[in-house]
Amino acid sequence: MTDATKSLSRLSSSNLELGEPDKTFLDTNELIINMGPQHPATHGVLRVILKLDGEKVLGTECVIGYLHRGVEKIAEHRTYAMFNPYVDRMDYVAAVSNGLGYCEAVEKLLNVEAPPRAKYIRVILTELNRLASHMLWLGTHALDIGAITPLFYTFRDREEILKIFEKYCGARLTTHAFRIGGCQYETYEGFERDVTKFVDFVKPKIDEYEELLTTNRIWVKRTKGVGVISDKDCIALGVTGPVLRASGVKWDLRKAQPYAAYSDFDFEIPTGQNGDTYDRYLVRMQEMRQSLRIIEQAVGKIPEGPIMAKVPKVLKPPVGEIYHSIEAPKGELGYFIVSDGSTQPYRVRVRPPSFVNLQALDMMVRGQLVADVIAVIGTLDIVLGEVDR
Amino acid sequence: MVTRLKAQYGSGIREANTYLGQNYMVVEPSIAAELLQILRDQEQFDYCVDVTAVHYPNREKQFDLIWILYSHVRNERIRVKIMITDGETAPSSVSIWPAANWLEREVYDMFGIRFEGHPDLKRILLPDGWKGHPLRKDYGIIQQDQEWVQINLGIESGQ
Repeated sequence: MTDATKSLSRLSSSNLELGEPDKTFLDTNELIINMGPQHPATHGVLRVILKLDGEKVLGTECVIGYLHRGVEKIAEHRTYAMFNPYVDRMDYVAAVSNGLGYCEAVEKLLNVEAPPRAKYIRVILTELNRLASHMLWLGTHALDIGAITPLFYTFRDREEILKIFEKYCGARLTTHAFRIGGCQYETYEGFERDVTKFVDFVKPKIDEYEELLTTNRIWVKRTKGVGVISDKDCIALGVTGPVLRASGVKWDLRKAQPYAAYSDFDFEIPTGQNGDTYDRYLVRMQEMRQSLRIIEQAVGKIPEGPIMAKVPKVLKPPVGEIYHSIEAPKGELGYFIVSDGSTQPYRVRVRPPSFVNLQALDMMVRGQLVADVIAVIGTLDIVLGEVDR
Repeated sequence: MVTRLKAQYGSGIREANTYLGQNYMVVEPSIAAELLQILRDQEQFDYCVDVTAVHYPNREKQFDLIWILYSHVRNERIRVKIMITDGETAPSSVSIWPAANWLEREVYDMFGIRFEGHPDLKRILLPDGWKGHPLRKDYGIIQQDQEWVQINLGIESGQ
């Protein structure tokens, strides 16, 4: 008996009653551990079961559904207009994008088009929301990896966006900013000034975030070469959004199939080459700058005119099906709506980007370390409200 | 493309049309697996956007099962639809697009449609022991699996 086992056996016989100890309590078996659903780094109620060999990940399984509210079922029991606020509760950090996708899908089904002024307002608010979503992602993602400072910076600046939302429609998070056929609210006095002021304010701030992280040695070590996914795998797994673009695929629905007023603006699609966590970070940082470019162009030339198209008070789209998708901050957000000619949709299917992107987690973390799982969950930028619906 | 496929399958393609500028095909379930494979390999629909279903309880073939596909090369979308009866299995497309894995599991969870050839067909959003498939039209909006709720949550009702 070695000293260590002797002391162990003494311990067990004295108060713990563990019985005779093994020769050594260390073994080399695979270990299955449970992460979440209550875990600060899973961004909500995500449970991941990890199979480990030491610190190496051999496989994962995601258990989701803790936040399932049956949004698609609710839609079948609400009128088209009544369901509109519900979509904000899916991806709650990008509520404006959800609303835009839903409103445009129903408009297509009704065969109406929002007036140009409404389209410009929609673009400005959606891009502001994209910035807010990316800022929240950056703050929490950096926090997960161990950099606490960016969280305070990004939340400070995101606050300015939420203030604009609050002044425009009264809500900060679940905005319900748009209506089927246009917007309910005219822009408030000084809206354009506020937005321009915000753009000027936030431009140097994005440089500031980059100064903190881009060349930071710890950040680079924790993100470079972590969670690599190739362009082919991305497409096969249906991954969209910044994750796809960081793998080198230049695909953005705003360019590929322009909606709202995006064809009027000049902007680029940033891409990466390596498809690792670091590239995804760079792509999102560039995207924030591109969003500012779009806002700058849009706010200077909001056309005059009505903000609502002529839509009937009671919406009864003709019998038919429609699929419409937009580029949400997380990827392709689609709505598949079936109308039976009544006031309520027969079926609403939401194609959530987070849900499909989360499927790639397993492939991205296999062979990596446990700590990298946290980094990869952060870099996928999932919102559980949207995964579970 | 449609004429090419029609020449190959004839009446297997029951309808190929455009509504509001969106293309869709209604095909026989028997040729669905082969057709989906051809759409990916030859027609370059490399990205499976969504797999979903719609329930029509008054029809003989109760379910519409829909694949929404996109081609990066052609920048085009297409919807492939099959109609199946309750209890009939559908061909799985996981071997064609890995993306369909969770999407098919969700369809199974919500509608109870079984996919043949799916590697791991089990519930995804609802708990494993749950009874019933909520997106069927005969499932009420406040209906729940009382037994499951009582045993697992220790409460009388979730309402």
